[in-house]
Amino acid sequence: MTELDFEFLRAYLKQRSGLALTTEKRYLVESRLAPVCRRFSFATLRDLIGSLRIGHDGAIERAVVEAMTTNETFFFRDRIPFDLFRDVVLPEAIARNAARRRLRIWCAAASTGQEPYSLAMLLQEAAPRLAGWQVDIVATDISSEVIERARLGLYSQFEVQRGLPVQWLLKYFTQIGEQWQIAASLRAMVEFRQFNLLHGFEGLGTFDIIFCRNVLIYFDAPTKSEILTRFANSLSPGGGLLLGAAETVIGLTDRLAPDGKHRGLYGHAETARTAALRAAAG
Amino acid sequence: MSQRETTCLVVDDSAVIRKVARRIIEDIGYAVIEAEDGDTALGLCAESMPDLILLDWNMPNRDGYAFLQELRQSEAGRRPKVVFCTTENDVGAIARALRGGADEYIMKPFDRDILTAKLEQVGLSIRASTDIS
Repeated sequence: MTELDFEFLRAYLKQRSGLALTTEKRYLVESRLAPVCRRFSFATLRDLIGSLRIGHDGAIERAVVEAMTTNETFFFRDRIPFDLFRDVVLPEAIARNAARRRLRIWCAAASTGQEPYSLAMLLQEAAPRLAGWQVDIVATDISSEVIERARLGLYSQFEVQRGLPVQWLLKYFTQIGEQWQIAASLRAMVEFRQFNLLHGFEGLGTFDIIFCRNVLIYFDAPTKSEILTRFANSLSPGGGLLLGAAETVIGLTDRLAPDGKHRGLYGHAETARTAALRAAAG
Repeated sequence: MSQRETTCLVVDDSAVIRKVARRIIEDIGYAVIEAEDGDTALGLCAESMPDLILLDWNMPNRDGYAFLQELRQSEAGRRPKVVFCTTENDVGAIARALRGGADEYIMKPFDRDILTAKLEQVGLSIRASTDIS
């Protein structure tokens, strides 16, 4: 791949997906795009990039964007955000929404579904507190291919062993040959949609809780700012945004602020200021 | 006075599996002892009870399940975390192992990520300096 091809690809991915392909990630290009070359019968990466330059085939363009975006995920990944959801964010949302008995959660980079299904399992465990509630989990990802996989809820033996307690494997999954499928009742709790974070969020409605972990790290600062500001618009008053451990809102938007007590949790800046003033007033 | 090392007993009749498991478990900060069957494992537990036992199912001279039943009968034997690590990959075997007193279950083949994740799930601390990514 020539320097010009790499620069073209970098600009192309930035425009289509927001992905900031740094020079250090150059090594990923060949390994990720080799299957796309095979699938569309391009002899070389150069030919594939040449086709993108002409830009007449939407299927190839989508395949390239999907191949280059990261889909690494597993059940209860990093554990702490899920403990935070179960012990802090969910109880607070239940208290806040007690009158209207409705809860909306958005997993903004759902990949193959492990994160939204982890939340669905935690909600199932909290079912007595949510009796009579309408609970929506909206799970989106830029890749239609991973969304299709997520809808099936079918996982390999390796996938179900990464992060999932074995007791919950037995409780919520059915063994189908070498694979494991998550229960239909949990699949029904999650609405999967293909969605690009660079597009407007208005059509999705507002959410009490937004999970967007380990995604912003791939964007440059202006794109991060833009997305975080739009998250602020999509978050209902008092709602919580959970980001990955290496991500923050600081220096990127003044609409959101760290929760102060719980690392990785963010809320509307005005809510945080009010809470701080109340605490100072004793 | 030096602090007692946290120990893991790896029970498996395959020397290869014991070697792979030893490498991963030592990396995350445990001292490892090995047994190639259930009888030997019971003898080692009688000498000094480990903190963690990684247990194969099918072995000569007392299989993993029989070992676990015997182990859990004594007061000291209820203390170690026991993680089955076996090719018995069906729901019935997993349920039986949990009823028998296992804390977690790993279906072979496994990798470093799975093993470390399972050890964390049973509440064992993983040495922070170990980067497994």
